[in-house]
Amino acid sequence: MIKTTAQKIYLGLIFIFLYAPIVTLIVLSFNASKTRAKWGGFTTKWYAALFQNEQIMQALWNTLALAVLSALIATFIGTIACIAMQSMKRTSRTILMGITNIPMLNAEIVTGISLMLLFLSLGAKFGFGTILLSHITFNIPYVILSVMPRMKQLNPSTYEAALDLGASQTYAFFKVVFPDILPGILSGFLMAFTMSLDDFIITHFTKGPGVDTLSTKIYTEVKKGIKPEMYALSTIIFVTVLVLLLLVNYMPMAKKKK
Amino acid sequence: MNKKLLSLPFIFWSAMFVIVPLCMVFYYGLTDKSGAFTLDNILAIATAEHSKALWEALKLSVISTVICLLLAYPLAMILCNMNVNQNSFLVLIFILPMWMNFLLRTLAWQTLLEKTGVINSILSTLHLPALNIINTPSAIVLGMVYNFLPFMVLPLYNVLVKIDKSVINAAYDLGANGVQTFVRIIFPLSLPGMFSGITMVFVPSLTTFVISKILGGSKILLIGNVIEQEFTQTGNWNLGSGLSIVLMLFIIFNMVISVITDKEGEANTL
Amino acid sequence: MKNALVNLVNISKSFDNQMVLDDLNLYIRENEFLTLLGPSGCGKTTTLRILGGFETPDKGQVIFEGRDITNLPPNKRNLNTVFQKYALFPHMTIAENIAFGLKISGKSKSYINDKIKYALKLVNLDGFENRMPDSLSGGQQQRIAIARAIVNEPKLLLLDEPLGALDLKLRQDMQYELIRLKNELGITFIYVTHDQEEALTMSDTIVVMNQGYIQQIGTPESIYNEPENAFVADFIGDSNIIGATMIRDRLVEILGARFDCVDTGFGENKPVDVVIRPEDVELVAPEEGIIQGTLTHSIFKGVHYEMEVMANGFEWLVQSTKMVPVGTKVGIKVDPFNIQIMKKPESEDEEAIGVNE
Repeated sequence: MIKTTAQKIYLGLIFIFLYAPIVTLIVLSFNASKTRAKWGGFTTKWYAALFQNEQIMQALWNTLALAVLSALIATFIGTIACIAMQSMKRTSRTILMGITNIPMLNAEIVTGISLMLLFLSLGAKFGFGTILLSHITFNIPYVILSVMPRMKQLNPSTYEAALDLGASQTYAFFKVVFPDILPGILSGFLMAFTMSLDDFIITHFTKGPGVDTLSTKIYTEVKKGIKPEMYALSTIIFVTVLVLLLLVNYMPMAKKKK
Repeated sequence: MNKKLLSLPFIFWSAMFVIVPLCMVFYYGLTDKSGAFTLDNILAIATAEHSKALWEALKLSVISTVICLLLAYPLAMILCNMNVNQNSFLVLIFILPMWMNFLLRTLAWQTLLEKTGVINSILSTLHLPALNIINTPSAIVLGMVYNFLPFMVLPLYNVLVKIDKSVINAAYDLGANGVQTFVRIIFPLSLPGMFSGITMVFVPSLTTFVISKILGGSKILLIGNVIEQEFTQTGNWNLGSGLSIVLMLFIIFNMVISVITDKEGEANTL
Repeated sequence: MKNALVNLVNISKSFDNQMVLDDLNLYIRENEFLTLLGPSGCGKTTTLRILGGFETPDKGQVIFEGRDITNLPPNKRNLNTVFQKYALFPHMTIAENIAFGLKISGKSKSYINDKIKYALKLVNLDGFENRMPDSLSGGQQQRIAIARAIVNEPKLLLLDEPLGALDLKLRQDMQYELIRLKNELGITFIYVTHDQEEALTMSDTIVVMNQGYIQQIGTPESIYNEPENAFVADFIGDSNIIGATMIRDRLVEILGARFDCVDTGFGENKPVDVVIRPEDVELVAPEEGIIQGTLTHSIFKGVHYEMEVMANGFEWLVQSTKMVPVGTKVGIKVDPFNIQIMKKPESEDEEAIGVNE
């Protein structure tokens, strides 16, 4: 009993450690005072102001568009790469997996500056396009690393059985293989989406003047002081995700109980 | 249709946006502004300013990695022994915070740690001495541990949860007590996850420039800050690339260790 | 109860309100090869885990060499377990695996080295000291797991379906190997399996279990030839189980025909179940048989033919080395000694109730 109590206390402390800043931000979003240091009473005015702030709304739009597009494209490229790798010889597969791991293991700052150097020497115009290309680049590994294990678990006989029963290769793939790896594809997409949304460092090096995501917007505001609307926005995002997660996790259980 | 052709987009993409850019870092790092070969950019690490920044970054990232390991190991073991719906619980604890912007979360620590901040208010009502760590290396370490702890817990959890329960039972059965079972069985079997976790915490800690900027004031320069300045302010890409190459040596060293110890890729989490 | 090495007294255990063992009593003699046999979920593995110390019973006591060890942790018990999936330590060599228990108990280096050599010889794997477990086949890993357990010279060796993961041929070889080991070492074996053939081949004593109750305890011969109830008869080998009426001592009416038998003490005109093994059913000319029927199926099984005879509304399972064509009219005869009479369970529940000694 003492042991389990100690374990629960430990878990609780870690939980507080991880969530204290988040609670702080949520509290700040209701703070009437403009500075973080003082509590000026409860208000919801930042939530109203948020939708009037075009800069923030533009940054939000950029962030979401980048996350959706980069996750979609990365999911497509990563998934077909996994299908290809499955039919490859061991050595070529190992080499490709090694390449996959480079952006995962390398420091983000190095990935960021290396892409910056590439775009500079290509004479590319820094902006939405360069950020998108960069996000796809660091998202592909997340997709491959979540689809590949699913791919390995596949029972090759089911695909062969489908062919044996007269299905074409394409039909067999979409009817037999695809449903099996779908959970991997979905979690890869979600991972990629999250990573893109939370990225600052690589965006910082590959963005051009005038284009901002939420992260880079916040970074430029760090010195001047963050606009309280930003707290309101992140609170909205956080609560939305939390509610979605709870729904996804507890809906199926509730159904089963009935 | 040959299935292998499906890997072409990926191969092209990796060549174009992973391999070529890395080669360019090396090219810029090993040349001067006129394009002639030089080692000056790499040797520049020896100057007092740069070597201090590198040393400081190494020191803080090693401390953070050790703290992360000490915090994460018991945590991963507790999570393994719990019979909750593992996945949703882990997501709740570790992935969910990522949806609150990383810069804002780090910034929130400023609010919490400030001289008149939340933590000090609580401490003073309890008549405890104030915690003055904002703008010190301690605050940076705290920021690193806070941001990278999940990267230590998840691989550790993944290897620990895969250890066959009957292997542990076999150790007890052969006379080992709890401590002996941990030292001889559980700990050695968790090494791949540990090394993978160390890499995943050490590399971003070593190279960060954001955490030091937000929680260290502008007084403390880490190697990441130096490189970032070379690229975004000074505009000396050659020097920035040269210092990055030095940084990559540490990263590669770390990667090699983690690849050797985790041949099966067991600890890969995400 | 004399020279009992282990005594399980009134053991009950339930998981999540599901009764797994209900008031189980069992003793194991020194030097016995005892097998717990039953379908999955019958409580045999739980019984073994209680002996090994991996589960604590809700009620009852485990007495080992006269000492109550019910609450003793596994590492303090003078017995060892061979686990179902071998459970070798994957990061240690074979030698380190075998040495594990000896190192824990602080034996000298030379003693440990001798023991490793001796144990590897015993399981016919000399020279495997420096191999890693994952480079060994399933059968080899299993033998290492046994070697790792026996070097500690336990009084009692628990084996949890150790041959379950092996293929048929290897399994048969390992059965003989285990019998040899037991005889050489003089250790008491408690063996858990759901494979009746394995149980019949190796055991001195078989304990048949179902739904947390002991159904029958006995030698392989008595379990096979004199099953005490329909469950045991059905679980061990093929059999014809037929509802019948005991007319009086030594006479039973089966499907309307009267058969001589050797059982007494069931009363007069009492309903009973009879068990007749298929190899004990004799096919004769129709006029020589006690009842008559038609042969409906016949399959060649190698050693014998397996046939079905429809007689008096019952499909009789028959094994014989003589082929009889399908459609033949035959008579059925059974030697009185081969008719096993069993008390009929009075209710559904009673089928599962223990037949404790």
